[in-house]
Amino acid sequence: MNTRKERLAGISHLLNGHHVATDRMVEVLDALIRPGDRLCVEGNNQKQADWLAECLAKTNPDLVHSLHLVQSVLALPEHLDIVERGQVERLDFSFSGPQAGRLARLLEGGKIKLGAIHTYLELFARYFVDLTPKVALVAAQMADREGNLYTGPNTEDTPAIVEATAFRDGIVIAQVNQIVDKLPRVDIPADWVHVVALAPRPHYVEPLFTRDPALITEVQVLMGMIAIRGLYAEYGVTRLNHGIGFDTAAIELLLPTYAESLGLKDKICTHWALNPHPTLIPAIEAGFVKSVHCFGSEVGMEDYVAAHPEVFFLGPDGSLRSNRAFSQAAGHYACDLFIGSTLQVDLQGNSSTATRGRITGFGGAPNMGADARGRRHASPAWLRAGAESAAPGAMPRGRKLVAQTVETFREHNAPTFVERLDAWDLQASANLELPPVMIYGDDLTHLITEEGIAHLCRCHTPQEREQAIRGVAGFTPVGLARDARAVENLRDRGIIQRPADLGIAVSDASRDWLAARSIKDLVKASGGRYKPPMQFRNW
Amino acid sequence: MEYFELSLPSQAVTLAAPAPGNTTDVLCGVVASGNLEILVEAHSGADVRFMVETTADGFRETWDAVLTQFAGSHASGGLTFTMNDVGSTPAVVALRLAQAHESWLRAGSRA
Repeated sequence: MNTRKERLAGISHLLNGHHVATDRMVEVLDALIRPGDRLCVEGNNQKQADWLAECLAKTNPDLVHSLHLVQSVLALPEHLDIVERGQVERLDFSFSGPQAGRLARLLEGGKIKLGAIHTYLELFARYFVDLTPKVALVAAQMADREGNLYTGPNTEDTPAIVEATAFRDGIVIAQVNQIVDKLPRVDIPADWVHVVALAPRPHYVEPLFTRDPALITEVQVLMGMIAIRGLYAEYGVTRLNHGIGFDTAAIELLLPTYAESLGLKDKICTHWALNPHPTLIPAIEAGFVKSVHCFGSEVGMEDYVAAHPEVFFLGPDGSLRSNRAFSQAAGHYACDLFIGSTLQVDLQGNSSTATRGRITGFGGAPNMGADARGRRHASPAWLRAGAESAAPGAMPRGRKLVAQTVETFREHNAPTFVERLDAWDLQASANLELPPVMIYGDDLTHLITEEGIAHLCRCHTPQEREQAIRGVAGFTPVGLARDARAVENLRDRGIIQRPADLGIAVSDASRDWLAARSIKDLVKASGGRYKPPMQFRNW
Repeated sequence: MEYFELSLPSQAVTLAAPAPGNTTDVLCGVVASGNLEILVEAHSGADVRFMVETTADGFRETWDAVLTQFAGSHASGGLTFTMNDVGSTPAVVALRLAQAHESWLRAGSRA
């Protein structure tokens, strides 16, 4: 009774083709899921199989227990409700976001065993080796009568999950918002899907990548100017990935104004692995951007994206096709630069977003914020970073540019630069095998703060590196403990560059440079095609 | 809430200090969360003076470090900076001071 065929035979009285009635789903799950199964409840960065997660939390614990959850995101309360009900034995995941505090308590209380905290690519890879789901609960926008699925703009993780499950004798169960006669396009073919049900309401999608330009500060504008001159223009970066924060949103909004004024159009930022960030609209309109491949979509960007087939990857129906696994691979192997932000940086340049009592996980940043050691194709930016990093006499090779852009102090004047990461405390309290480091110091090539840019890849010794980090750490205790002479020496050698060294007058760092200063400006720039979700309509 | 005054040596500001009552006083910045406002005025002494009102207690050492670096890097002798702070980071303080300083120079050159 363990093959897919045998299990599905047990619910044949409930199946009409692939379809089951909405009110029978709990019964279906009770019958199909067996103790010890590896189970994936599709939770992406944005799209959530939320109704199936609710049904799972109503299953009979006598039938459905000892589960091994293998899924990228644990964002919903229901994901942990089934842990609290004692139905889950083991967990492998990538990102927990809003559930970080509760997850930490469950782990500390011994309610669940942790396999590992993965990056997206690692977890997807393990789906095809030893963590293949036996049952996958996924979300799609539409199904047709045969059970073909249309995932639409938010395809995200679905192809990776379904391919691994369906071809290893596993069972794929899909919740859909709508059942139609003819799909706009087929994203997942019916013979990879085994059970389909109409959800009582559309699945939840989180607008995770919308940054209101009104909240971008002048310090972020200054750091954006430093990044554009000291990093993007300096290395001629054309293929890149941006993090999610306001620092990189500022850079996106400086491209059609500040970067354009420096003559950098067509020379930088032409090809992207990026979600459809609303703050990228002005740069797209200015013709800066040639291509964007997306991990997922973004709520409100559907019409804008559909109007730009010359930039985005679209299906024959005209709407976005995203794919997290492929975009992560693109971010790792095809991009010359990753730039993001973080909460803490230590003296070796290791950075972490971990804080005590919260297990947030990694998501995909470490895949992109790491040198791709298997890369072999060259590009000018990659060769330049490699040449600057090379020890004398070493085999020539390239290197990925990995940059962190951080203010020296965070909210409530907490220093970003620290002697010891909180990740060590979290390792001890949660009994992890390693401190959860987001970007390792030896992968980090550049550090940008309001004090300037540190070209860490130009340092020859660990001592130089440490002084280069202290040299941009401002008035934090780490920064105040700098060896002033060593830092001046690094500045003379171009390893540390202050704004003035880059031709930037600090007083010029004004919000006036931002190509959009509000969500409403973004709507205007999009020709009315961007339709921001309600919580961002503040005018 | 905390209030303090600090006087530091600095190179004389490059413009002649305007007469009292001149309209070159410059107000810069916005009071909002994590922001601050600065009023720049001339005085007849050689030092640079800071009068700081801040909502964040216990950061006096950081203030001294930020203001000392500013006094060393910007010729401000003869100026008073009155600052009303709502929990800004040192990055914001340094940026606003540089902007206020430059605004004062521009206003002075028009006067």
